[in-house]
Amino acid sequence: MQSGSFRRLGIWLGLLVLVAFASGCKKKVAATPPAPPPAPAVQPTVTLSASPTSVNAGQSSTLSWTSTNATDLDIEPGVGKVAPQGSTPVNPTTSTTYTITATGSGGSATATARVDVSAGAPPPPETNTQPTMEELFEQNVKDAFFDLDKSDLTEDARAALTKDAEFLRSYQQVRVSIEGHCDERGSTEYNLALGQRRAEAAKNFLISLGISGDRMETTSWGKERPFCTEHDESCWHQNRRAHFVLAH
Amino acid sequence: MRRKWKSFSALIGLLAFVLSATQTLQAQDTFTTGTGLGVKKARVAVPDTVARSSFSQPLPKTFHDVLWNDLQYSGILDLVSPSFYPLQSPGQPSELNASAWTAAPANAYMVAYGNMTTDGTNIAFAGFLSDVTNPSSPPALQKIYRGAATDADARRLAHQFADDIIGILSGGQPGIAQTKIAYVSSHGGNKEIWVMDYDGANQQQLTHLRTISLTPRWSPDASRIAFTCFEPYRGVTSAQICMYSMASNRLISFPRYRGTNSAPAWSPDGKQIVFTSSLSGDPELYVADADGGHLHRITFATGVSTSAAWNPKTGKQLVFVSDRAGDPALYLSDADGSNPEKLNMPDMGYVIDPAWSPNGQLVAFSWRRPSGNYDIYLMDVASRQLLELTKDAGRNERPSWAPDGRHLVFESTRSGSRQIWSMLADGTQARQLTTQGQNESPNWSPK
Repeated sequence: MQSGSFRRLGIWLGLLVLVAFASGCKKKVAATPPAPPPAPAVQPTVTLSASPTSVNAGQSSTLSWTSTNATDLDIEPGVGKVAPQGSTPVNPTTSTTYTITATGSGGSATATARVDVSAGAPPPPETNTQPTMEELFEQNVKDAFFDLDKSDLTEDARAALTKDAEFLRSYQQVRVSIEGHCDERGSTEYNLALGQRRAEAAKNFLISLGISGDRMETTSWGKERPFCTEHDESCWHQNRRAHFVLAH
Repeated sequence: MRRKWKSFSALIGLLAFVLSATQTLQAQDTFTTGTGLGVKKARVAVPDTVARSSFSQPLPKTFHDVLWNDLQYSGILDLVSPSFYPLQSPGQPSELNASAWTAAPANAYMVAYGNMTTDGTNIAFAGFLSDVTNPSSPPALQKIYRGAATDADARRLAHQFADDIIGILSGGQPGIAQTKIAYVSSHGGNKEIWVMDYDGANQQQLTHLRTISLTPRWSPDASRIAFTCFEPYRGVTSAQICMYSMASNRLISFPRYRGTNSAPAWSPDGKQIVFTSSLSGDPELYVADADGGHLHRITFATGVSTSAAWNPKTGKQLVFVSDRAGDPALYLSDADGSNPEKLNMPDMGYVIDPAWSPNGQLVAFSWRRPSGNYDIYLMDVASRQLLELTKDAGRNERPSWAPDGRHLVFESTRSGSRQIWSMLADGTQARQLTTQGQNESPNWSPK
């Protein structure tokens, strides 16, 4: 049993590089809106999504987009002019944020989608029916969410972190990176610092539950890597979080 | 129609003037105003550049277009419409018929003119600025500008001539036509640091880090740009301070610190930088030497402290953003962080992005009012009076001053996407400088 665990642990550790890169953002895929009748000088709208959002080097992801009131659409980098809606495969060699710019008589609009590319980690063994550490982590470790411009832990956030602490107690070999995120409404500089406070708040709560601080790194993305890019409260709420990533 | 051009030196303190002219408005929260307020600007005619050789590219026209734009955007001149000009453009003083320029409808006071020659490889522009109301006096400026026979050099020479003219007509305050703007662009896919001329021409990508680069800040001698970068280290990617050398066109090393390190700014002597670090857990302000040595903490309040900047004139005060009392607000402290004082606003909201004017008297900032709009304001630090510069035109943030104290650059979403704009420091003459991709966080070079 012991030596079996260690062998599995070896496989898990081999996957950690992949996991650390692959657990990034999940974009909200917007439903295709019905095409409105053409009206003069109406501000264009545009959405862009990538599926999957994380690939290994050499694999492809599919970009899908929709737009309204746009005559000219352009996806950079590397795709160029495209139809008002559609999809196309892309093969980025490094993590890439694609930007679509929709231009019409009423102005222009943009949307972005990110594809994370991880280096050539070995693919998961297909015969292994045991859940991988990545899967266990994904199933058991939940992010903590925050109120606007706040780094105080809500009751929901404490409940999520308490479960995270149980997992970390069960798997003493696991180290985590806690990444603070913010919604788009604050300034870049303020959000970088606020995200750090959110990550620190989560870490300090876990320390109070007996988890060693040495197992946790904190960092902040501010508003630079949103989980969702709509401009509404449900999306903003998704972006105000301390996000847990398996580290090595 | 005679004007004494000495009177235009009064325009140096354009904003101090604007603010002092509105001392009676203290009961109001905010006010807006226009340029000049009754002070007449010098009327300058800028006839076409005379070509004295045959050019394979339209360099004399490029030169004239750039010169025209520079002088028009200086904020201190009134350019005479070309439709009022005499038919013959002068190429040198002997060809200048002064009375034809002072007469109606041109009514010019000064004429800026000259001729360009080329040998196919190089160009030379002989430039003159003459007071046509004093035809017997020698030109106020006569100078030969030399460069390569390229579009880029024609632009560069026009900027030099414009700055020389503005230096004379503003009473010695240098022009800004040769300054640059650093900014963040995602044009190439990732947010990288770019630099462009002050008028939006010549956009060039500096960094190729392929992660996220933010908040560029020129050193006072414009030889380096400090910025926020994201660098992976032992599996964790975190915000760090990065340093780019304009002299050697590469990144130079800067120490790495734990957690998030962001929003660097320079001391007026270029020897120190202040930035936000979560080295101790909470994001606080730290000061280090320009090479990262002698790091020490200068703020000690629970909450965020960030976006710090020293008064560029005196170096004796620091302005920064903190949420220690609730919403993000501006604080003023001594240079070492002591005696912090909150700058209270007359209304609720979220106050960020402070930028000192070069004379240290004004702070530009952005303010998110309860309505959700972000707009750019000026505060006169001594009187605490406010001036609103943008209104009802998208989200406007991150002002940065030109070294002449008469212009600001900022980011705005008013065109439908996030782009870099500049304007006069009274809020007029807004100009869009970027159009491709998303662009943000402009910082005007100090020279």
